[in-house]
Amino acid sequence: MIIGLFNHWVVIILMMIGLYIVIAHGNLIKKLVGLTIFQTSVFIFYISIAKVDGGTAPILADGITQYSNPLPHVLILTAIVVGIATTALGLSLVVRIKETYKSIEEEEIQQQDNEEQLTKHKTEDSA
Amino acid sequence: MINIVLLTLLVVIAIAIIRMKDLFAAVMLAGIYGLLSASFFVVMDAVDVAFTEAAVGAGISTLLMFVVITMTGRKEKSIRHKPLPALFVVIITGGLLIYGTLDMPYFGSEDAPIHNHTSPRYINDSMQEIGIPNIVTSVLASYRAFDTFGEVVVIFTAGIGVLTLLSIARTKKNDEEIESINDSMHQQHLVVRIIAKMLIPFIFLFALYVQFHGDFGPGGGFQAGVIFASAIILYAMLFGLVTARKVINQIFIQLIAALGVLLYGSVGIVSLMNGGNFFDYNVLSSNPITGQHLGILLIEWGVGCTVASVIVVIFFNFAGRRELQQHKKPSQDKESSK
Repeated sequence: MIIGLFNHWVVIILMMIGLYIVIAHGNLIKKLVGLTIFQTSVFIFYISIAKVDGGTAPILADGITQYSNPLPHVLILTAIVVGIATTALGLSLVVRIKETYKSIEEEEIQQQDNEEQLTKHKTEDSA
Repeated sequence: MINIVLLTLLVVIAIAIIRMKDLFAAVMLAGIYGLLSASFFVVMDAVDVAFTEAAVGAGISTLLMFVVITMTGRKEKSIRHKPLPALFVVIITGGLLIYGTLDMPYFGSEDAPIHNHTSPRYINDSMQEIGIPNIVTSVLASYRAFDTFGEVVVIFTAGIGVLTLLSIARTKKNDEEIESINDSMHQQHLVVRIIAKMLIPFIFLFALYVQFHGDFGPGGGFQAGVIFASAIILYAMLFGLVTARKVINQIFIQLIAALGVLLYGSVGIVSLMNGGNFFDYNVLSSNPITGQHLGILLIEWGVGCTVASVIVVIFFNFAGRRELQQHKKPSQDKESSK
């Protein structure tokens, strides 16, 4: 059972490591790295369920009877390229946040927002 | 056995990434993580996926994160945001998921449900129906062409998003100043420059090989696009962005990205007008197999063009932003010292 389910368990461990980074770390780039780990763990999951014992790469050739399942390969191949495109979008948001707030730490950004709101309230009160 | 070693290494690297305070090291480790998972995909017979992951996970994504780190700083603050509740949530979720895996079919078992539905048709009939040996390409470009079309549109949209967020109006004067700085800097890298210049044509040639050989071996538009873009990025890194912009006009490359999607979509429209379904290539030619070959060739071209140009556009915008920021800083310092 341990060998049979080892891949699934490793996928879950990697996924949870990614999730932990996304929740607990304040740095936005670190969060994106965590998201990449999470994403890759899903890729590993799909590819390991596609594997058939004694199978080979799904490219038709003479004398081969057992192939691994090609469908998950297709899904993940496109997902990887879409993943980099969306990561780039996330990174460009990080760049803009850095330009506006001069920081990419979540706590500092929140603090600046709170201060801004406070001063706004004060000016409204005095008016 | 190899897969167990690789998976254990992946876990070790992921834990090391959590502990790293230095973002440079964390991103470098993430690149190694990508390369290792690519090796894992080879062991799992997923050669096409491994190809893509090696180019994207270990190459382009690491590079983009480095460009961003040069703009945002490489040190992470050590404050953690509620680590204990986070750990609690993660352990509960992980425990439930592991409980869920107990019902799953074992790794590598032939009779798992996933191997009994639709995939036997791809494996047994794709040679008669599509006529190309690489089943992954048959499924990607023909059976599930509509799905792939969606993915290409997503990539294109992400490219537009980056363009909207990061593009800046460039003035000619700025360009000239940056160029003079670059020229003085790049004199140091003479050997690297010459070797890169020799390598770039071969990288392009390899990208074209991957593009056209995708029917017979691992490869196809997605991988070829990434490799093609990496050659252009290599050029831009060594010779400066201003020089690279002279070689490849950014407006032109944005146009190519849109044309790739258009080419892909038009193949679908043409098959509709010939009386078939959307992306039914059988009607493209009098012989169904020739029609399939033609359809796959055209849409792989569309994918390759879009992926290559979107990645180049993304890199140009990140690097352009960075160059302008770093160019601004010294001039602001001068003003403040006055």
